[in-house]
Amino acid sequence: MSFINYSSREINCKIVYYGPGLCGKTTNLQYIYNKTMPEAKGKMISLATETERTLFFDFLPLALGEIRGFKTRFHLYTVPGQVFYDASRKLILKGVDGVVFVGDSQLERMEANIESLENLRSNLIEQGYNLDTLPYVVQYNKRDLPNAVPLAELEEELNPTKVPSFEAIAPKGNGVFDTLKAVAKLVLTELKKGK
Amino acid sequence: MIQQLVMYEEELQQINQVCDVLHRESNARAVLVIDKNGQTITQAGDVEQLDVTSLSSLTAGNVAATGGIAQLLSEKEFAGQFHEGEKTNVHISIVGARVILVVLFDERSSLGLVRLRVRKAANELTSVLDVLVKKSESGSQPSVFAEITDDDIDNLFND
Repeated sequence: MSFINYSSREINCKIVYYGPGLCGKTTNLQYIYNKTMPEAKGKMISLATETERTLFFDFLPLALGEIRGFKTRFHLYTVPGQVFYDASRKLILKGVDGVVFVGDSQLERMEANIESLENLRSNLIEQGYNLDTLPYVVQYNKRDLPNAVPLAELEEELNPTKVPSFEAIAPKGNGVFDTLKAVAKLVLTELKKGK
Repeated sequence: MIQQLVMYEEELQQINQVCDVLHRESNARAVLVIDKNGQTITQAGDVEQLDVTSLSSLTAGNVAATGGIAQLLSEKEFAGQFHEGEKTNVHISIVGARVILVVLFDERSSLGLVRLRVRKAANELTSVLDVLVKKSESGSQPSVFAEITDDDIDNLFND
């Protein structure tokens, strides 16, 4: 959950990037890290295996500017996508304010996408959240690959509730900041609604 | 669902005071108070050389993972952790089921002394946190979000 500090005038929120293994969650964070001014970001931490697969999480603290004298700070996390790291994924969802589901556009990853999305939904329920009421956006990554599934099909399979969705090519940055901005905006709007 | 954490000037000052005393009386290098979700609440002592944001996130991850292990073993929670380094040691404890109290110390202190002082500080922090939760739940305090408009939010994301 968000942390509002009236003493230091800060609004702190947590965003989690979810999705199947190798869909590009870490790549999203790396791109954001590389393209953000040094004063607006902290160190990016990756708890990864020797083969650079996410073991526990990636973490990137970002400052997105001020609203009415309050600094907005977002902590971006990724989960480990591989199926057997489910216990870790549940932990990372604790206290989440917004979720990005990163789908892999490749045809052969459709099943993994669907499984991961179902896993997201059930893990959120375990933590007391509902994906349908949480600030949530979808990103279709790897749009440049030849075996990419048409957008309409992805939408039908992975976005039945029609939340904002974005096409992306994460290593090149296409769609990366659009996705982040959309979820951050939803998070702040939701916080405002709560008051 | 988990209650949002809100911090006000008065309570933060009280927490700072507890941390300053703990830092001094335990001869610690630094003291951190972290939200269980990884947000830094406050810090005391020699923190200039520390990446407090990263430390907070990793400590919260560590505590979450340990909590996960506890659950698997049908334990309620492991209330404390201790990591022994060559130069720096880390004492981690959960306070009031809500925040994490971290004490970094070196050879100028000892685990026994830190444990003793942490116990006292934890009691004091619990009292402050109880007040804080009541205050934020009562809705008696003005909210920053009452003033923020949709345009303000839009403007934040305009290039």
